[in-house]
Amino acid sequence: MANKILAVLEQREGSLKKVSFESASIAVKLSKQLNLEVEAVVAGSEIGNLNDISKYGISKIVHLKNLDFQNYSSSGYSEAIANYAKETGASYLIIGNTAFGNDIAPRIAVKLNSACLVDCIDLNVDANDVIASRPVYAGKAIIKSKLKSEVKIFTLRPNIFKAELSDAEQANVEVKEIATPNLKSKVVAYKKSEGKLDVAEADIIVSGGRGMKGPENFNLIESLADVLGAAVGASRAVVDAGWRPHREQVGQTGKTVSPSLYVACGISGAIQHLAGMSSSKYIVAINKDKDAPIFSVADYGIAGDLFEVLPVLTEEIKKIKS
Amino acid sequence: MKIAVCVSHVPDTATRIKIGVDRKSIDSAGVTYIINPYDEFAVEEALKTKEKIGGDSLVYAISVGSDVNKETIRKALAMGVDEGILLKDDSQRDSFGVAKALAEEIKSLGCELVFCGKQSVDYDNSITGQILSELLGYNSVPVVVDFKLDGNKITAEREIEGGKEVVETELPAVLTAQKGLNEPRYASLKGIMAAKKKVIAEKPAAASDNFTEVLDMNLPQSKQPGRILGTDSSAVAELVKLLREEAKVI
Repeated sequence: MANKILAVLEQREGSLKKVSFESASIAVKLSKQLNLEVEAVVAGSEIGNLNDISKYGISKIVHLKNLDFQNYSSSGYSEAIANYAKETGASYLIIGNTAFGNDIAPRIAVKLNSACLVDCIDLNVDANDVIASRPVYAGKAIIKSKLKSEVKIFTLRPNIFKAELSDAEQANVEVKEIATPNLKSKVVAYKKSEGKLDVAEADIIVSGGRGMKGPENFNLIESLADVLGAAVGASRAVVDAGWRPHREQVGQTGKTVSPSLYVACGISGAIQHLAGMSSSKYIVAINKDKDAPIFSVADYGIAGDLFEVLPVLTEEIKKIKS
Repeated sequence: MKIAVCVSHVPDTATRIKIGVDRKSIDSAGVTYIINPYDEFAVEEALKTKEKIGGDSLVYAISVGSDVNKETIRKALAMGVDEGILLKDDSQRDSFGVAKALAEEIKSLGCELVFCGKQSVDYDNSITGQILSELLGYNSVPVVVDFKLDGNKITAEREIEGGKEVVETELPAVLTAQKGLNEPRYASLKGIMAAKKKVIAEKPAAASDNFTEVLDMNLPQSKQPGRILGTDSSAVAELVKLLREEAKVI
């Protein structure tokens, strides 16, 4: 009987990631609209904050457990989750579209002879069908589609869907030991990158472009990012020039981001860049050239010399934060 | 060893998108198509691997789509790929359909190592490599920025939020390439000339169920241009005030 919706949670180093609460909350919302039971499932070894899921309205949490699940294994996790989905009769799976979710969703889909729609920014129920909206061409267009497969899997772009607290349910964690996990591919180490925050996860991003004139001037960007608690981003031009690492690149062939605040410094706004950041809630542009395309998407702009403006802006924000 | 590289033919990233008359796809009139940028890293890694293991290794570039994809296959040939194969289908396939066609061909060729770009910059799914590996029963590591092959053993670094995962697995395998994996080589003039003469094998793409139904495509709501507050740091006070009181983001 296919009558269940599963929120597939993500944990790293034994604690649930924020996107898991977004998945749980959306699964609860859809379960009401589609009249389905809802459960959460997670693969891992020891997981600290599993009970927190109940605050979002899910009481049953299934923990697929094995000591070797301490580190991610695409083969092991996907097999365990797909088997559980089959066994419990899930007809929908909701997963966060992180590196984890984007890796595991298509694998589970194939194992269930089904399909997935990834990186959704909106899910609507219409005549018992879930209609997914997702950006394509790096956000230059939005496509609406639905799935016709038996099991329907959707991954959610992080930071778009709100994790809404629900009437607290009594958490009921059911542990299922996975006796012989498939560990053909497994993570053996994790290398943390130097930057404090990743652009894909940050709520505020301060980005620099060619107008920064050289890698040595990015300390201005870093200082502003520091006082704002923001991640540092970069345009393709400066990444291609080797000034900044690729993981910071925003735009097509980099990351598509939707933070609450995006501060573009010395970025003219090539179409590839605009595609990747124009869905940010608020955009500030600081650029010498008042005709730069970046001002066409910016809410607030300063058409001036960033070397003069940035230090003052950093000081001003430092003042209000202290 | 036989190595496959899967390549897709996509609009140049500088393209301004117009919605087509069907309201379900883009208007391709006047659009310049290129090899998917991430596929260039895949081609480079396949060629590097071939050069390293030597022997009678062969690299195949495979694309699913219509005749126009030959241009992208030729680009891969010009870079040094040995054989080009077009799996023909003029209809629009989803990632599952594309992967199905690729899997059938890769199986019949007997390729043990497969490289794809981590995503195509048109539909941006970044799932085809994973689906392909599942259909083939191969191991796989997506979004790879470092790849080492030692006999059968693979050690790959994959980019994730805030860092990299070091993944160990074995052949046969599918890897998807992320920017940073390598510097794709330029095609030499000799390579370009040779690629022009090469015959690209054409076969019908294996049939596949389409699980995805596209309902419509639209341009995103365009943002209203905002205000230019000033031309120097005297505008900073007002900017901070607006960010606090109007936008409420700091």
